[in-house]
Amino acid sequence: MNRPALFLCCLCCLQPVLAADCQPVEAIQPGFYARQGQDGAVFSARNIANTGFIIGTRAVAVIDTGGSPEEGAALLCAIRKLTELPVRYVINTHVHPDHLFGNSAFRTDGVSFIGHKNLPRALALLGETYVQRAQEAGLAVTPADLVPPDQTVGDTPLTLDLGERRIRIEAVGQSHTDNDLTVLDESTNTRWLGDLLFHHHIPVLGGSGSVNGWLDTIRILERQDAGERLIPGHGPLQTEALPALEAERGYLEHMRAAVRAWLQEDKPLAEGVDSIGQQEAATWPMAQEYHKRNISYLYSELEWE
Amino acid sequence: MKRLIILSGLPGLWLGVVLLLLAPAGAMAEEDAWNARLKPFYFQDQPIEDGKDVIGLETPVRAEDGAMVPTRILSHIPQTPEHYISDLWLIIDKNPSPLAGHFQLTPRSGKADMELRIRVDAYSPVRVVARTNDGRLYMTERFVKASGGCSAPAGTDLESAMKRLGKIRMRTRLEDTLLNPVATTLAISHPNITGLQKDQVTTLFIPPHYVKSIKVEFEGETIFNAETDISISENPNFRFYFVPGKAGTLTATVTDTEGKVFVQEQELTGEAPASS
Repeated sequence: MNRPALFLCCLCCLQPVLAADCQPVEAIQPGFYARQGQDGAVFSARNIANTGFIIGTRAVAVIDTGGSPEEGAALLCAIRKLTELPVRYVINTHVHPDHLFGNSAFRTDGVSFIGHKNLPRALALLGETYVQRAQEAGLAVTPADLVPPDQTVGDTPLTLDLGERRIRIEAVGQSHTDNDLTVLDESTNTRWLGDLLFHHHIPVLGGSGSVNGWLDTIRILERQDAGERLIPGHGPLQTEALPALEAERGYLEHMRAAVRAWLQEDKPLAEGVDSIGQQEAATWPMAQEYHKRNISYLYSELEWE
Repeated sequence: MKRLIILSGLPGLWLGVVLLLLAPAGAMAEEDAWNARLKPFYFQDQPIEDGKDVIGLETPVRAEDGAMVPTRILSHIPQTPEHYISDLWLIIDKNPSPLAGHFQLTPRSGKADMELRIRVDAYSPVRVVARTNDGRLYMTERFVKASGGCSAPAGTDLESAMKRLGKIRMRTRLEDTLLNPVATTLAISHPNITGLQKDQVTTLFIPPHYVKSIKVEFEGETIFNAETDISISENPNFRFYFVPGKAGTLTATVTDTEGKVFVQEQELTGEAPASS
């Protein structure tokens, strides 16, 4: 992209694009747009997850689609305001419903859905329950909105060409869930981490996740730091990469050590959930909603390690 | 529809019981459901008195994880040879198999307190019914908001869980004297598969496989006896009390539904807390 074009693009897109039924987005890099989700608990709040899209010269790739077909449609509307190019790829960073229930809004011929190699299994295990709970919460979601990936990513990263712009999709080991992947926009050195990174939002351990695995993943990301800009799955899009990872690592390490010490003394879960790490957690937004459950999951994972 | 699918994962033996319990599912009030179906099923026409002076129950109002709801039973009467709590039943009304466990205690228990972790499948009353040695029944209940506890995939992968199947950790926290009740923690590594969980690879229901009985003896005398069911969380974990009176050997014997028997012993000395 030449300099004037880049400049123009930034000028017009730093402003949120607002329209009826259209999701406001901001340009986080030239041709790379995102919407920051708002803090809220899954199902009870709307527009929770960060969502985004990358525009090449031939095609658009979407990263996460939001928590309902309606949110997916609002994202598609935002894309249509910016480009006529077809959406060719929809990438789901992991199975959680606030990130992929917007998938069906993008389901047309020529769109390839992409996920971690464990995503089909996770959808089969959890999808039905997610639909049920979404319906109970009043969301217009049906089993038909569970769109499994057409293409999965395992040990070998997948590189997609959007036209003069390549993006690289990498699967990671068990972390936030057992089906997390990252998306690197090579031209801007910007990596979308999905829920591997919570920023100004308490880290949330998923049911299929692992604190040990997640900390390994964070260490790998820190080691390979190549000046990448990191985009979190929740929280402000303007991150300083390493401090954000460090804060998340600090929380997870602290809680892991505290739960291990608790287990060492054979103290019961009930007291642990009410007391472990309360003070440290209180500094994080959304701690009320998720900290106790994190402790409960940590207890399960670490009890017989 | 979901119920039917779930039922097909259960062994035939259970089916009758479960169908009986689910049959009139609908808008019946919680207490009506208890009085009409569950109470007659478990306690026939025996009168059950208000338990507020006999037995207490602590549960989180909203559980963080339906598959692991910490639950504490607290007795309000001393265990004496003349008058003591001999039996405890823990019942989760809305679970596919509501009776989580039946626990037998003795005057030797010192106090009839117990902690454990249960699965709660839907917003439900949780009840503890205590029987004293004079045969009277007392009940205390709480309402727990939690869901999906019986179908949630296992917290750890099944393969590694099966490798450490039946490992037992016992720990006692000694007081100043062996004449006081000591808290005893019994932790069992067992996935306690409910029959309502799906296999991570095939996504088919995994056949139920869970701990069905636990017996803890001290020097040959039974101090804790439990018949347990699928509503006990994976890696069953119990804390109960007993009065040792002397140094000796604690023996836990755990049997699961596949007939596997796991035994763990622990020496209890009069001095420092022993650890396994």
